[in-house]
Parts: sequence; structure tokens; C-alpha cells
Amino acid sequence: MERRRSFPDVLAGGMFVLIGGAFVAGSLGYELGTPLRMGPGAFPLLVGLILAALGLAIVVKGLIAGEMISFGPIPWRAVGVIVLAVVFFGFTVRGLGFVPTSAVTALLTTLASSRVRPLTALAVAAGLTVASTLIFVVGLQLRIPLWGPWLGF
Amino acid sequence: MELLDNLALGFSTALLVQNVLYCFLGVLLGTAVGVLPGIGPTATVAMLLPITFSFEPVTALIMLAGIYYGAQYGGSTTAILINLPGESSAAVTALDGHAMARQGRAGAALAAAAVGSFIAGTVATVALAVAAPPLARVALEFGPAEYFSLVLLGLIVSIALARGSALKALAMIALGVLFGTVGQDIYTGTPRFVFEQRELYGGIDFVSVAVGMFGVAEILRNLENEQTRTAIVGRVKNLWPTREDRRRIVGPIARGTGLGAALGVLPGGGHVLASFTSYAVEKRISKRKEEFGNGAIEGVAGPESANNAAAQTSFIPLLTLGLPAHPVMALMVGAFIVHGITPGPNVITDEPELFWGLIASMWIGNVLLVLLNLPLIGVWVRMLRIPYQVLFPMIILFAAIGTYSLGFNAYDVYAIVFFGILGYVLIKCGCEPAPLLLGFVLGPLVEENLRRALIISRGDPSVFLTRPISAVLLALAAAALLIAVLPAIRKRREVVFAEDE
Repeated sequence: MERRRSFPDVLAGGMFVLIGGAFVAGSLGYELGTPLRMGPGAFPLLVGLILAALGLAIVVKGLIAGEMISFGPIPWRAVGVIVLAVVFFGFTVRGLGFVPTSAVTALLTTLASSRVRPLTALAVAAGLTVASTLIFVVGLQLRIPLWGPWLGF
Repeated sequence: MELLDNLALGFSTALLVQNVLYCFLGVLLGTAVGVLPGIGPTATVAMLLPITFSFEPVTALIMLAGIYYGAQYGGSTTAILINLPGESSAAVTALDGHAMARQGRAGAALAAAAVGSFIAGTVATVALAVAAPPLARVALEFGPAEYFSLVLLGLIVSIALARGSALKALAMIALGVLFGTVGQDIYTGTPRFVFEQRELYGGIDFVSVAVGMFGVAEILRNLENEQTRTAIVGRVKNLWPTREDRRRIVGPIARGTGLGAALGVLPGGGHVLASFTSYAVEKRISKRKEEFGNGAIEGVAGPESANNAAAQTSFIPLLTLGLPAHPVMALMVGAFIVHGITPGPNVITDEPELFWGLIASMWIGNVLLVLLNLPLIGVWVRMLRIPYQVLFPMIILFAAIGTYSLGFNAYDVYAIVFFGILGYVLIKCGCEPAPLLLGFVLGPLVEENLRRALIISRGDPSVFLTRPISAVLLALAAAALLIAVLPAIRKRREVVFAEDE
């Protein structure tokens, strides 16, 4: 094994330190209590400290003898499009209703692939909308209106 | 014969028309996601979980279990035919299975895998039926201190077996436990880490965590470098193994079944470990070592039997202790709870029909899988032609709909992107997602039992060491931690995994 600095190790460790630290800071705002009656803050404080310590250890290990992992490219387009599509779904499904929301979400998602052709995207989105409406609303009787109040229904 | 009575009860439940139907649906879906690369059983079970809320509890569990062990079957099909393991435990099968396929012996490899899996599944189902009741009786004696130590042991053993850095796996568990504390505190009702959002008071739903970490993150990884899948698969013929093949697979199947049944009980990737170990064992004792990697049928039959046996016995800790050994089992815990059943030692006495029905359904599922896989192999091969551009929008859309239908709460949907991105970055950094999910599900149990044990002992933390069972469990946990972290043993562990890659 090569002894080298490892970016993924440092990044992962750093994230653990940050998140652990955030939970520690947050739990100090809650009652800690006594060992006999632990307050709501005690357990997250303890685990947060453990996580931060583990994160620190990973960072240190990453700086002197890290694991060699190739980080690889990040598909920014896919990340952006999928986040947008899912957030859109959560935000509008109540207002727009099942059918329009599903169609837009599916169409947006198809764009995550850099090779998609417009016609394929439309066909996939249409097919998925029909399929999911049949499966979830008709078949499984999911209680979501097909067309939502924002559209005047 | 109590066992026979119990099994009779089980079969009378499992053979009800709707249960057979959903068992079939489960193994069908399981095979499909096992065949398709890019979606695994964890994400599938997570997405389908909300749908099963309206089912009878036993029906829901039968179907979800079917997806899990069905995926083990399906994964081997693609591993053999196109050298693309659909499931992590099928990676070893690809070595010799695909080599056999290239020599035109794909049929024999598929048959060896299916027959091995079926025999292993049958034996492991019996092992489950025999081993579960006594274990559950022991577990009934457990108090909060013992439960705390047991869950801790389970979490730590799960990392000792996982691949990759033990430090990172420990951190992932801690991270999962922390996310598990979001929401109202069980004792005082204080909302924790909710940023004053009412929707977060109930906590983060574990379905969102699972779909994010295993579904969305996986899709992002697959979109990193897109390539068109070229599945050129010849016709599969001569399914029936020759007399020579039949003679050669008897030993590996028997050994694989035993290994798998034993290792499957261990938390964390037991089935993956089982198939790797079985391959290493077969290679070591074989008189024809040079054939391994070039199409030795033992290298297919052994690991395939092992991973299927392990998939079956990994239900033992779930059904007797309420302790999930695998991310899918963690989701099953959720399925139990949704139906108002606390998974654990009481299930066997309180819900005998459910307990034995589930066990019996696994054997029925195994029969269905053989029928589904061997004659219909062509259909599964054709499924590989579904382009990824259709598949991943479907997964995202179904994930969004599924998580929304959990409680009609948009935050459950937002959570899948949060955990998807977080999981994606962490996976890229060499962290496994499974420990996080286990930590997330088991974290609240750890906290609850820790606090309850301390209340009972009047604040004296030595209770964990003075109660004998708890002390033994903690000692085992410490030993497991040592094994996971010590470099010398780690190296040997890596050898087991690395030897055949």
C-alpha cells in the first residue's frame, strides 16, 4: 500500500468532523440531564463527539497514510437535474396534482443523461407518467388528486 | 413434533392464494432487480415498502422477503451471462460462471447456480426454523442493558465484516445514529434538530434514507461515465449438467450451504462474505486449482449456494432479536413496525402465523425461483436490453412517489435528495452506505435502551458490565472492534476478499 495523501479520506473525514460538530453544537442547546435521567441532548452530544473524533482520525490518516481511491468525475448535470426534479416533485405534487407533477419530474430526470435525445425524453416521460398513474393511483389507490388545485380543479 | 406442527401452520399460511401470489410477485421483482445492474434489492424494497402498508402484515413481509432473496438469484444470471454481477455477492460467480459461458457452457453454469441455490435455500429454511425458537427464548430474558450491548455488538460486527476502512465504517454508523436522533425525543418530547419545521418532528423516515443512499446515489454513480450496454448474449442451451458436472457440484453445494447458513447470521454483508469464503474454500481444497478462473463449475455452485443460504439465515437475528443484519432487514424492521408488530423475540409467540408463514414462504419462494429462472432465462436476458435512459428516470420518479405516499409529507421527498447527494459524496470517498442505514435504524434502539438501563440502575453505568450477558456481549463487541482495526488481521481479511478479484 502506498503511503500518500488522500483527498477522498480528507474530504470524508472533514465532512464527519463538520456534521459531528454541528450535532454537538446543536445538542448543547438541549437539556443534558444527569446519568440517571439523561436529557434529550446527552445522547446526540456523545455520538456527535464520537463522530467528530472518528472524522479527525480519518483526516489525520488521510494526510499521512491515506487509502488510494480514485475520486472520478462528478456528473454535475445529473446532480443538478435530479435535485431539481425531486425537489420539484415534493414542492408541487400537492398543488399541481399527480399527473402534471409526474410528467415534469420524469421529463426533467431524463435530461440527467448527457446522451438523451429530445424525442426519447418525451416518450420516456409520457410512458412513465401513464405507467405510474396506472400503478399508483388506479392500481394502489394512492390518495393524491390527479389534477391539483393550482390548475383550477 | 413441535417443529412439524409449526411448519404445518406456516405452510397453511404461506399457501393462501394471496400469499403465494405476492410471494411470486416478490421473487419476480427480486429477480428483475437482481438482473438489472444499477438497482439493487435495498432500493427496491425501500420504494415498495409504502405500497405494502395496506397489505396484511404477513403478505407484506412475504413479498419484501421475496425481493431480497430473489435478487440473489437474479444477480447470478447476469454475472454468468454477461460478466456483470447485478448484486455484490454475485461478483465471485462472475469469475468462473462467465468463463463457462464463454466456453459455451452457460447452461450448465446457470443450472449449477439454480440447483445449488435451491438446495441451499431449502436447507437454510430448515435451519432457520430449528434455530430461531430457542434463540428467541434466550432473547426474552434480555433487559435494557442486554439490549443495549446486543445492538452495539451487532453494529460493530457489521463493520468488522464490511469491506473497506473500518474507521470510515464506524464513522458512517455514528453518522446514521445521529440522523436517527432527529425528531422528538422519546422521553421528554423535546424536538431535536428540527430547525423549527413541524414536518421534521416525526423524525426522518428511514425509507427516504434508504432510497437516497441506495437509489439516488447509485444512479449518480452510474451517470458518471455513461456507456451503452452491449448485451450480446448467445442462446442458452444444454441446461442440464452432464454426469461429470453433477458429480463435481455435490461437494461445493454442501459446503457452500453450511458456510452460508453459518455466516448469514452475522450482521453486515453476511451473504457477500459467505460467497467469497466459499470460493476461497473450494479453490483451496480443489485438486484442479488451475481451472478456477477458467470455468470451474465448483466456483459457481459453491458461492451461489453460500449466498442463498446466507440470504435465508440472515432472517434469524431479525426474527429472534429484532436486529437487522443487512440494510434490507433494516427496512423489514420498518415494515414490522408499520404493521404494529415489534420485531424481536415476541414475534414467534405473539404472531406464530406470521413467523412460520414467512419461513414457509421462503421455501415456496425458492421453488418459484427455480421455475422462474431456468425455463424463462431468455426473458431475463432480454430485460438487459432496457436502456438505462428509461430505467433511471423510472427509479427517480417511483422513489419520489413512494416516499411521498409514506405520509404525504414533502420533507420525506426532499430527504431523498439530501441523502442521495450525501451518500454519493461519501461513497466516492470510499465509505460504504450500509453501516449508515443500520446505524440510523438501530440508533434510536441504542439510545432508548441506554437511557432505560440507566434509569433502572439509578444512574450507575457499571450495570452494563455487572450483568453477565451484557458483559459478554460487550466483550465480544470489543473483540470485534479489535479485529476490525488491528492491521495484521485486517490484512488477512483483505486477502479473503482480494484473492479472487
